Amino acid sequence: MTKDRIDRRFAALKAENRAGFVTYIMAGDPDAATTLSVLKGLPGAGADLIELGFPFSDPMAEGPTIQRAAQRGLKSGMTLQGTLDLVAAFREGDSDTPVILMGYLNPVLNRGFESFAVAAAKAGVDGLIIVDCPPEEADPLSDALEAEGIALIRLAAPTTDDARLPMVVRRTSGFVYYVSVAGVTGVKSADAADVAPAVERLRKASGLPVAVGFGIRTPDQAAAVARVADAAVVGSALVDEIESAAQLNENVTEKVLLKASELAKAVRSARVGHEVRL
Amino acid sequence: MNAPSKPNDYSAYPDAEGRFGGFGGRYVAETLMPLVLDLGKAYAEAKADPKFQEELKSFNTHYAGRPSPLYFAERLTEHFGGAKIYFKRDELNHTGSHKINNALGQILLAMRMGKTRIIAETGAGQHGVATATVCARFGLPCVVYMGATDVERQKPNVFRMNLLGAEVRPVTSGTGTLKDAMNEAMRDWVTNVHDTYYLIGTAAGPHPYPVMVRDFQSVIGIEARAQMLEMEGRLPDAVVACIGGGSNAIGLFHPFLNDDSVRLIGVEAAGHGVSTDKHAASLTGGRPGVLHGNRTYLLQDDDGQIIDAHSISAGLDYPGIGPEHSFLHEIGRAEYVSTTDEEALAAFQLCSTLEGIIPALEPAHALARVGEIAQELGKGKIVVMNLCGRGDKDIFTVAEALGRKI
Repeated sequence: MTKDRIDRRFAALKAENRAGFVTYIMAGDPDAATTLSVLKGLPGAGADLIELGFPFSDPMAEGPTIQRAAQRGLKSGMTLQGTLDLVAAFREGDSDTPVILMGYLNPVLNRGFESFAVAAAKAGVDGLIIVDCPPEEADPLSDALEAEGIALIRLAAPTTDDARLPMVVRRTSGFVYYVSVAGVTGVKSADAADVAPAVERLRKASGLPVAVGFGIRTPDQAAAVARVADAAVVGSALVDEIESAAQLNENVTEKVLLKASELAKAVRSARVGHEVRL
Repeated sequence: MNAPSKPNDYSAYPDAEGRFGGFGGRYVAETLMPLVLDLGKAYAEAKADPKFQEELKSFNTHYAGRPSPLYFAERLTEHFGGAKIYFKRDELNHTGSHKINNALGQILLAMRMGKTRIIAETGAGQHGVATATVCARFGLPCVVYMGATDVERQKPNVFRMNLLGAEVRPVTSGTGTLKDAMNEAMRDWVTNVHDTYYLIGTAAGPHPYPVMVRDFQSVIGIEARAQMLEMEGRLPDAVVACIGGGSNAIGLFHPFLNDDSVRLIGVEAAGHGVSTDKHAASLTGGRPGVLHGNRTYLLQDDDGQIIDAHSISAGLDYPGIGPEHSFLHEIGRAEYVSTTDEEALAAFQLCSTLEGIIPALEPAHALARVGEIAQELGKGKIVVMNLCGRGDKDIFTVAEALGRKI
């Protein structure tokens, strides 16, 4: 049951009384070797959980940053299997950090849910987030993933009302991912004041930790979210570092890990001196 | 897997989850799910409301110019020497295509839902023009996403949309065509869900769009059926329409679905040929997958990445197809064939010179197959083709293909 790795990580975070820091990068951006070296460095830079995007040609819920990353990934030849290979290579040196794959349904559907689930479990994947697969359409995928102990992480959004919550948390495990802004990735800013009650509502409904993502770019924003959520997810801000380093011929791994550690510090120190909900 | 059996009553589709057999559904981001579910409810209520239907009918009659005529294409019939060829003249509608049927229906629904901003995607610009038109008529702001490539090759329609007060936003991602415009419209929608209505132009997308667009376009088939009974005293032997996303085709087909004697033939765009990598024939050359909110046939590579479609007709180069067509294809109720760019160009010219009707490149694809179908059916039989758009917008593309300067 590989989703245990997610449960263990959140239990440890709770014991430390701090929020988790979740990083997102895109597989194959700008190439597979760089992705692997970034992956290997992320836990040391303070990432508690890792989300690894697998590229899709038509990423309809992404802003320009992640969209361009997907195009770079595809251009470098990255595939769904290539993404699983990256996870397997990462697992050779790290058996503790949960890895969650994130992307769109069609590549997974194309591979076949069962074949994918078996291969993903073997590679050491702990969870899956599929942006365009709402719970109403998720049962066949849930069946395949559950059989391999992989969590299908559900998304909740500001538009998710109370009537819909039971549907959203049905058959979910690991954690719930709260999309803090109505919009695409990396464009609008999350408002911590709006996030807090939403997180509380989701915790109650699901009994699971709640990670908050979309719209967190700066250490201050990450810290503000970390005060109220169980984890803060940063994606576009890291992917921007990758893009600019690659364009300027700088060391991509160094730059993105530096950015990650700044954000990690902010998340880790967020609750010091603040009243904390346990 | 066994081939699914043909149903007895096609009006039972889609089911409550928006499924046509294994196709359709609602594959959208969670942010949009509550909206899509609301839209489903709002449409079901509107559909059952005689006032809504009456209002739509009135605008169809007095604004769009319905019913469109059913016309006996005598010279083409003689030319091919087979079955009688009739045209359903949807190119005579206000704005020059069948797209107004759907735009009128959806904008009345959007206003009923209290939405104050309209967005749309467009390929050839026909749907964009229809949407810009109804937005002007009802006083709502309108943003139309259009691939940058299409903005270039459909300049007259871009200008037309601007004249109608719409903002056209060129989309440069991908190949800058219809698929990319649809991605961008969905990004806008997810960002502006509180006030924005996404007026989708074809019978695809998340449920309830495929059923809603089909219902609004079914006016084509309902009229054609009644007109045919009046003119010939019987049903046609075959009905034919071009397919991009498939809205004009499903609008023509649907009222005939339960008439077993009527063959339904959809014509996809084969571009440079279905055996090349430059075509838009998703049923002939694709396989099922999920894109733009629904499960349907798609052009995709071995890894499930969507392949860019190609057609000389900007309105047909979409890598997917409405889910109801995928269903009709799989159970064998409708037949799907294809037409290359070159064949469409030839048919375009043939129709212009023989019937005095300059068709859009989209129905020219259907027309390119109508001769064979008429010959196959033989004398004494009847075939109806939907002439879903007029060719004014295409004269620049056609001139270029023919090596002429205008």
